[in-house]
Amino acid sequence: MRIGIVCPYSWDVPGGVQFHIRDLAEYFIRLGHEVSVLAPADDDTPLPPYVVSAGRAVPVPYNGSVARLNFGFLSAARVRRWLHDGEFDVIHIHEPTSPSLGLLACWAAQGPIVATFHTSNPRSRAMIAAYAILQAALEKISARIAVSEYARRTLVEHLGGDAVVIPNGVDVDFFAKADPNPDWQGDTIGFIGRIDEPRKGLPVLMRALPKILAARPQTRLLVAGRGDEEEAVQSLPAELRSRVEFLGMISDQDKARLLRSVDLYVAPNTGGESFGIILVEALSAGAPVLASDLDAFAQVLDQGAAGELFTNEDADALAEAALRLLEDPARRAKLRDRGSTHVRRFDWSTVGADILSVYETVTAGAAAVAADERAGGGGSGLRARLGLARD
Amino acid sequence: MTATLIWILVALVAIGLYLSWTAGRLDRLHARIDAARAALDAQLLRRASVAQELATSGVLDPAASIVLYEAAHAARQAEEEQREVAESELSQALRAVFAEAPQVEAVREAPGGEEAARELTEAVRRVPMARRFHNDAVRAARALRRHRKVRWFRLAGHAPFPLAFEMDDEPPTALTDRAA
Repeated sequence: MRIGIVCPYSWDVPGGVQFHIRDLAEYFIRLGHEVSVLAPADDDTPLPPYVVSAGRAVPVPYNGSVARLNFGFLSAARVRRWLHDGEFDVIHIHEPTSPSLGLLACWAAQGPIVATFHTSNPRSRAMIAAYAILQAALEKISARIAVSEYARRTLVEHLGGDAVVIPNGVDVDFFAKADPNPDWQGDTIGFIGRIDEPRKGLPVLMRALPKILAARPQTRLLVAGRGDEEEAVQSLPAELRSRVEFLGMISDQDKARLLRSVDLYVAPNTGGESFGIILVEALSAGAPVLASDLDAFAQVLDQGAAGELFTNEDADALAEAALRLLEDPARRAKLRDRGSTHVRRFDWSTVGADILSVYETVTAGAAAVAADERAGGGGSGLRARLGLARD
Repeated sequence: MTATLIWILVALVAIGLYLSWTAGRLDRLHARIDAARAALDAQLLRRASVAQELATSGVLDPAASIVLYEAAHAARQAEEEQREVAESELSQALRAVFAEAPQVEAVREAPGGEEAARELTEAVRRVPMARRFHNDAVRAARALRRHRKVRWFRLAGHAPFPLAFEMDDEPPTALTDRAA
């Protein structure tokens, strides 16, 4: 099968969606499919052979932060050329509602289109204004995939229609077979995530830490992630600061080793999560998981059966649950076992097969993907735009 | 005078272009529904075939075989109006027969059973998928067809008002639980 995948975010910047697309593309290539990924990238970044650059993404203020997006005449032309040259049986667009390559590809293509909705953003003002434009582009999508039941609900509320739920994939064995690092073992709590992003929840964990250390002074907290380390420990009493070790940005290999080593992995995220891939990675590595009770997290953890949940943003509840788990090796062993079996459903072998089922369902009996003449350049493009302006 | 005429002409052309663009959108949606319906039919037929094959293979006990055969046969032969009910009954029969994991294991152990179990697992997974995609297309088309411009200018032509395909497509838990 010839598969075209559209990545809306810059290939140079690491991120969940980019990793997901990379793993998905490599999974399909291993199965013998032909895959081409269209992604924004700087001209001088080294790209894997299956990635086609759509040009450099431009930083623009969008939705409350600066997003790096691709749009405009040049990008649209590149999308059309990619569609034309690729002769795909199916194209898979990620984040079709972000005003970037995804939307452009949706606009420019016709034929079997599959779309994955990763985020579950509350409906923004811009989205409401652009609703009519979006609707005309989104109604071309033959199959929608949401990464979690929560993301699906948001999608249904905001855009109507329906979607199938297929979770993000993880290479379970990569994590399960990593070697633990002795330096990171022995009464350790792990945290992975941006330090300076409050939604990742490090401040909640910092508030809970004094209580945990009061009961178990030998405990260490290992923090991996980008951000200002000084600022992160500011709320902590000076004598406790030595119990927090910052590892900085770590490689995938080290991430797996860290998750294999820790006695407890804590995910205190306070919101903005639609899936929680890090939990799946922690479960794959066999780390007992303690996470805030966000909808998305509760679903990944099987409503608390595969990992424990605490009340979101409640530092006391976090400290209590963490202490209970650290003092109970039997319970942790049970969580490890339960987690390792539960996580199999997130392995690429399962997730990839499901996504392939979606491709096969939409391509059955349909023509191949082509550039949409109605949205084309020149006169017809003008017509489309005239139509849009009045919709 | 001429200026007014030109303006009226421009406005009419613009409206015409807009309507033609909307008709194109609608046409594309109808094509999408047709494709989705064909895919759904294919998946339903595949599911019924695998079920019938299993029912006649002798792997299942006689009672289960009869129940499954009846339901699969009815689903394949159903008239368009009874289709949703018949397919729902096949889902129920499959759930009843494959309620327990050991039953699935028994099928897998039979010669050629691994293949049959895989096909059935795929089929019960793909039917809900195909149905969701179909109903999603139907919803999009209905939303557009209810719009004033489409009704007043009869842009939908003679295409029948699209109907969702409603059925019970809950798969048997023993088949979908792949954690083991």
